[in-house]
Amino acid sequence: MKYIDEFRDGELAKNIVANIRREAATDKNYSFMEFCGGHTHAISRYGIADLLPANVRMIHGPGCPVCVLPIGRVDQAIRLALELNVIVCTYADTMRVPASDNLSLMRAKARGGDVRMIYSPQDALKIARDNPLREVVFFAIGFETTTPPTALIIKQAKDEGVTNFSVLCNHVLTPAAITHILQSPEVRQYGTVPLDGFIGPAHVSVVIGSQPYEHFSSEYRKPVVIAGFEPLDVLQAILMLIRQINDGRAEVENEFTRAVTREGNLKAQAMVSEVLELRRSFEWRGLGEVPYSALKIRSAYALYDAETRYGIGYKPVADNKACECGAILRGVKKPQDCKVFGTVCTPENPLGSCMVSSEGACAAHYSYGRFKDIEVVSV
Amino acid sequence: MNGEVKKGYVRGLDIKNGRVDMSHGSGGRAMAQLIEELFASAFDNEYLRQGNDGALLPAAGGRLVMATDAHVVSPLFFPGGDIGCLSVHGTINDVAVMGAKPLYLAASFILEEGFPLVDLQRIVQSMAAAARDAGVPVVTGDTKVVEQGKADGVFITTTGVGVVMDGVDLTGANVRPGDVILISGSMGDHGMAIMSRRENLDFDVPIESDTAALHHLIAAMLESGADIRCLRDPTRGGLATTLNEIAKQSRVGLTINEEAIPVKPVVAAACEFLGLDPLYVANEGKLIAICAASDAERLLAVMRAHPLAGDAAIIGAAHVDPHHFVQMKTSFGGRRNVDWLAGEQLPRIC
Repeated sequence: MKYIDEFRDGELAKNIVANIRREAATDKNYSFMEFCGGHTHAISRYGIADLLPANVRMIHGPGCPVCVLPIGRVDQAIRLALELNVIVCTYADTMRVPASDNLSLMRAKARGGDVRMIYSPQDALKIARDNPLREVVFFAIGFETTTPPTALIIKQAKDEGVTNFSVLCNHVLTPAAITHILQSPEVRQYGTVPLDGFIGPAHVSVVIGSQPYEHFSSEYRKPVVIAGFEPLDVLQAILMLIRQINDGRAEVENEFTRAVTREGNLKAQAMVSEVLELRRSFEWRGLGEVPYSALKIRSAYALYDAETRYGIGYKPVADNKACECGAILRGVKKPQDCKVFGTVCTPENPLGSCMVSSEGACAAHYSYGRFKDIEVVSV
Repeated sequence: MNGEVKKGYVRGLDIKNGRVDMSHGSGGRAMAQLIEELFASAFDNEYLRQGNDGALLPAAGGRLVMATDAHVVSPLFFPGGDIGCLSVHGTINDVAVMGAKPLYLAASFILEEGFPLVDLQRIVQSMAAAARDAGVPVVTGDTKVVEQGKADGVFITTTGVGVVMDGVDLTGANVRPGDVILISGSMGDHGMAIMSRRENLDFDVPIESDTAALHHLIAAMLESGADIRCLRDPTRGGLATTLNEIAKQSRVGLTINEEAIPVKPVVAAACEFLGLDPLYVANEGKLIAICAASDAERLLAVMRAHPLAGDAAIIGAAHVDPHHFVQMKTSFGGRRNVDWLAGEQLPRIC
């Protein structure tokens, strides 16, 4: 595959790894957070952690859309499907996120709820057009990457006069979450989470550009390297972060120049701000209430806002006590530190949200790396 | 005159415009006509011609293998095949990977009221052609009709019977450390062919299903005398899931080499686009063989000489591992688990 294989070349990887090993100072520890689940997935799938020297540690960040979705939000969607007889459309991973009463959207579907898996919000609007006598809701989740298509679909529905369609908007914002982590007591006061720099998001940055991260380098003195989701991108970004630390620099650098500019996609940004606006606060699973960290639908489009349309208020629900997703999402704990990891909580029966998506830290470690936790006699 | 209507007074089935209705499952004359004109004429063989509730078959002389498989694939017609030939190939392969020569098939149809007869005929003819090509007749069958909305066009269940030659003993529990893993060709073709036709994905790439009957290939492999421990067809859940089943059954670890696994570029690209892993995508005309290391090269040569396994490859080996993990050496130089499939990657793939 052109434009893909080049970024998965094992030989080139060896060169970058050799540079990392040579340049990482042996008397120093380097701790970097990859914010995005896409990077977490690449690190696990390609065994990147194995290639790094022991003093370079990767901390998984909260950038996995279904992982940060709180139970109460999934409960709202389930209510729409089971109690209000609405067709609920959503992305595949969202179907399996555990909610209250041992339910998930997939289990709600088995109980007779009309829940449909879609690949694009356009499919949801099509379902609304094809079922004029039914109410259709798109359960929208995700970071800035998936926000423009949601904004577009709301605008389209209004322009076309589709009246049986609305959106349950749960879009969240990357910079707000990074700020939250940098402000957390574990990072600022106790230093239990050593954080020397960030690998910045790939697809999110295509939309928002590299400019929003400049605050973290100037105010918090943390280097940020925006990187693509291929394994060579990740290795190169790690090398660039090590170089910044060694030079005493804290800058925003862009490894993903093939797709990311400083300004980002202005057209997409304009579309989003026309239809959506900031929420004062939003609850994230693991991070709790985070101010100005999510988007809601503007009042001009209120008819397309499922929250107001059906009057379904948000009720926060606490996570299972044994689940460590919160600490894992903040980088305080590793998946294998959780008592229920791989026992009660597995990808088949996820207890916490980090075990649901392949981008979740727990699912990635369970699926790709758990052989490392136990002694295995190898070939 | 036994209630029979004089020939010539009975109007034939209107295949072109007709549709399945509830009377086609009633047990009455309409059903008899559907069976006679559509099914019996297509599948025609001496056992079916007996016209009884069951087929009376000669003694087989050996250990019998029996396998059954329900087919609910959506869409019914896909590039490279349809539910008809798929239902024949799938069951023949389940019998054949046990090391058996498939002898007979039974077929059971659940039809949805309103299903076009012309589509049903196309499916039945494809099924009959597949059975004929494979030399495995459909000797008995059943038809039921359910109301509209209670099924999705047509569901087909096929059951196959075969006989195992003396000395052949293939099971997933036979694998020993040191054994070598082979596959007969590229992974993921069937699943991605189906995916490319799913209505909500305007995804138009020329990917054809690999649906095929593997019993002749398997016969050639068995004849070679290679010490084969186990054969499997990696259908739902793909290569990754099937290897996990074998590792668990045989209580060994398996390690595969990513670079050695053939995946067609177009399948790899489609998987990339959809975020799927070809190792978990279904195949319908491929097999996994695990054999003694000393026979691996010889078996590979026999497989490659067969038209259905030209791209056969040695992809890994078994070893001692108390956790029965399947691991992969990635082309990137790392190592990772290849886990069981979690959840549902592609529903209604076969």
